[in-house]
Amino acid sequence: MLLIPCPWCGPRDEAEFRYGGQARVAYPEDPWALDDTAWAEYLFVRDNPEGWFAERWFHTAGCRRWCDVMRDTATNRVAGSAPTGASLTEVTK
Amino acid sequence: MTGFRSVPVPAGSEATVSFNGRELAARAGEPLAATLLANGVRTVASGVYTDRPRGIVGLGTEEPCGYVRVDSPPIESMAQATRVETHDGLCARSLNGYARLPEGEEAPRGDRVWAHCDVLVVGAGPAGIAAATAAARAGARVILACDAPQPGGGLAGEWDAAEGTAAREWQEPRIAALRDEPELRLLTRTTVTGLYDHGEVVALERRPHAAASGGAVHRLWHIRAGRTVLATGSCERPIVFEGNDRPGVMLAGAAVGYARRHGVLAGQRAVVFGCHDEALWAAVALHEAGATIVAVADARPAPGPAPVAALYERGIGVLTASGVTRTTGGSGGVLSAATVAPIDSDGNATGEGRSFPCDLLAVSGGHDPATALAAHSGGRKRWSPEHAAFLPDQTPPGVRLAGAAAGTRNPAAARDQGERVGHAAAVEALAHESATDGAEVADDGAAAPVVGSGHTPPMALWTVADARTDERRAFVDLHRDATLADIRDAIGAGMTSIEHIKRYTTIGTGPDQGRTSGVPATGIVAGLLDRTMDEVGGTGSRPPWVPIPLTAVAGRELGELFDPARRTPMHDWHVAQGAVFEDVGQWKRPRYFPREGEDMRAALQRECRAARESVGALDASTLGKIMVEGRDAGTFLDRIYANNFSTLRPGRCRYGVMCTADGMVLDDGVAVRLSDTQYMCTTTSGNADTVRAWLEEWAQTEWPELCVHITDVTDHWATISVVGPRSRDVMARLAPREDLSAEGFAFMTYRDTTVLGVPARILRVSFTGELTFEVNVPAWYGRAIWEAVMAAGHPYGITPYGTEGMHLLRAEKGFIVVGHETDGTVTPVDVGLGWAVSKRKDFVGKRSLWRPDTAREDRQQLVGLMPEDGDHVVAEGAQLVAERPGSVPVSMQGHVTSSYLSPALGRSFALGLLSQGRERHGDRVYAVHLDEAVPVTVTDPVFYDKEGSRRDG
Repeated sequence: MLLIPCPWCGPRDEAEFRYGGQARVAYPEDPWALDDTAWAEYLFVRDNPEGWFAERWFHTAGCRRWCDVMRDTATNRVAGSAPTGASLTEVTK
Repeated sequence: MTGFRSVPVPAGSEATVSFNGRELAARAGEPLAATLLANGVRTVASGVYTDRPRGIVGLGTEEPCGYVRVDSPPIESMAQATRVETHDGLCARSLNGYARLPEGEEAPRGDRVWAHCDVLVVGAGPAGIAAATAAARAGARVILACDAPQPGGGLAGEWDAAEGTAAREWQEPRIAALRDEPELRLLTRTTVTGLYDHGEVVALERRPHAAASGGAVHRLWHIRAGRTVLATGSCERPIVFEGNDRPGVMLAGAAVGYARRHGVLAGQRAVVFGCHDEALWAAVALHEAGATIVAVADARPAPGPAPVAALYERGIGVLTASGVTRTTGGSGGVLSAATVAPIDSDGNATGEGRSFPCDLLAVSGGHDPATALAAHSGGRKRWSPEHAAFLPDQTPPGVRLAGAAAGTRNPAAARDQGERVGHAAAVEALAHESATDGAEVADDGAAAPVVGSGHTPPMALWTVADARTDERRAFVDLHRDATLADIRDAIGAGMTSIEHIKRYTTIGTGPDQGRTSGVPATGIVAGLLDRTMDEVGGTGSRPPWVPIPLTAVAGRELGELFDPARRTPMHDWHVAQGAVFEDVGQWKRPRYFPREGEDMRAALQRECRAARESVGALDASTLGKIMVEGRDAGTFLDRIYANNFSTLRPGRCRYGVMCTADGMVLDDGVAVRLSDTQYMCTTTSGNADTVRAWLEEWAQTEWPELCVHITDVTDHWATISVVGPRSRDVMARLAPREDLSAEGFAFMTYRDTTVLGVPARILRVSFTGELTFEVNVPAWYGRAIWEAVMAAGHPYGITPYGTEGMHLLRAEKGFIVVGHETDGTVTPVDVGLGWAVSKRKDFVGKRSLWRPDTAREDRQQLVGLMPEDGDHVVAEGAQLVAERPGSVPVSMQGHVTSSYLSPALGRSFALGLLSQGRERHGDRVYAVHLDEAVPVTVTDPVFYDKEGSRRDG
């Protein structure tokens, strides 16, 4: 079970959270400006890297706040977390 | 009688145990395996797949054969005899073949415990004791988990009398001192079963003594450790030869362990066979304990001079470059003799063998560091020819190894290593807040394991065979009954990967996880394929390290505590009325209220007729209620719902539907505008949590600039729906001063008022098509107001109805239920809610309604379905097909979503989703379920009161 550093509550068990997939995939400003392919890309296509990945977690059983977490998908190492919208330290290998 | 006690049972420790109905004298607290050996019980069980007799092979968790069933509390359907602690009255029997769960007996209780520490030390041998002590003295909070009933286990050093004595003299005062360390928690009988990410560790604590008092016999520990030290020791490795499975063939270290720790000799006349110095020291130890040493064989041409000299002093010679080629069985197939022959470095006999009569064959092929826990979270190992063993190479972050687990086989060196590693772990744990910071593990200088000074290197030896060897009787995995021939078959079938060979042969798949078979299998495969040990590698190791009873996993999360049950304020009234309940999410809701002699169908018809013809009452408290408040509440809801809410005037209600971003229906319900800045949104009963989280997600992550606050107030309110043409009369008795007329209290408005002096919010909404007053009162008053409603309605025959009636009544009106008519692949347009989709504004998911797929003309749409036989109720979930029964191929065009017998219609009816359904009213399709294909006519989904004339009474 991962230990997820909630920016508000500190490190907490993964079981307290809900996973929210890739971070920083904003709802398009004007969905109608997107053609069908681009809209489908927004809806259904996400990155799936082996390595560092910025992802969203929702502290369901805690403060009920969303945050972004930088995690290495191969090792589960966590580099840091930040409230949604705040800048999260980029990690590159 | 072959085995015996070299040390008598001390006074006060005597116990009597029963094994296969025979009473045996035991020393309380010793492992059952020791009792069996002491009493000459050689055959303990039979093979899982063969009926070959099997005896005790090991000393602890590595035991592959000696499985028993324990019938006295705590009952264990499958246990290693090496790990069952004896006590007076213990009752056990052989486990032959597979285990069976006990029937009709109460399952043992389990508990779960959560704990945190800076340093966790696994294993309490010399290295573990040193590591835990050093870590505690460095200021760390330490947990020391020890598999055995007492610390001090490790076998390293037991073989050399002088070093063994020194180890014990070092160890004993330190064990006593452990209990004085204020921040050190010693967990005995506790086996760490898995290492997971970020320092999470799971351990199983056995509490056999708690069975008598009805306490939890297992505790499953979930430990978060800053740093972990694995001082898990090693596992002794057998050698494969024909007949190596007979009772009496035992690991040499185990034979010494029984003698040294428990005062039990496993046999009187022993042959000792090995390929390293520790096996020779085992012969010394067995002789010292009182066994006659019949022969000692060492596969090496030049064994270590020190143990050879020690044996010589005892008048025992060593047969060098020799090995056991086969055993001979006596009565019942147990060991009666071992054949020793000269062998080459691959274990092939180079000359004639000689048979030595014996009742104990102590074998040791070497020691494998117990690194499985490190492997759980990504550790690797590499073959060390110098040690003739796989040693840990890369360890996972935050994990260190010490002692025999790191390949160190000298007790003094293990202690030093433990101390260094324990101290380093403490310093590191105290310097970092958690193990998630991703810090690289610093090199603590403890990498190089020490073999032991002055020892002659061990030899890697996997098999011994001669020209006559029957490989089908040379066992590699004694638990899975898998043999040398099986490995040869796997390779013959073209397999070269150790993982494939493992699965083909089942070697290492037993509950012992192949402790004693894994490395020999790699060695044999390497030999057959002419590859190196590292090229073949070992099989992956996964948790749990020892089996965990499911009762321990369940803990107390059983029955009532399995999942929280939510009950409405009126629950007890429903129970008193004999309601039949169903689960809706976590809610317990009355399904129907049967009267004497009524079945569900009869009760349902009566309840629905009352709601349509007079008055019914529904406990609707479970309806989700979410407050959306703030300056931008209207804007926010406009973006969430398909329809407009900012234009809704305070005091009014509106039905709304919301979609996921892909345009599929997420939920629906009525929202009420309480003021300019306040809305109360209702949700489907089972969906309140989902909707609340959905609103929070959009408010927080996409539109943080909007001022909105979201609060789930579902259980603040008790909700009573008073339904039917006489509902106005009932309400008039409850709120006599209110204008309840159709004009004065219009449909889709609400009023904050009082009912019998209790603050109440009354909504004029309808989920049945009938005149309805939905009365919301603070939850504390729910039961009282419910009873008042029932009393006020008594003259009109007010009838409580449940979820089944609610579903039937709404289906007659063609109202959808999210989760019945929708399943995440259905858009509002599909279910006929296109009218609710705003043309003017954007909302989440709107763009998706114009995707090529959602705009497809052959999408499945909500329809009514009339079975041609009006007495037949079609099955919900039945497929809808156009073709006549028997014709092929069949195209599946939709399915039945809801199906009932309607008292109002006097016949059966159904709702369904059907491809292009709205254009097919009047068509005949077939509802196919199991063996029946029922002809149904496609209709409009509104069956009752199409004009909506009844909603105002």
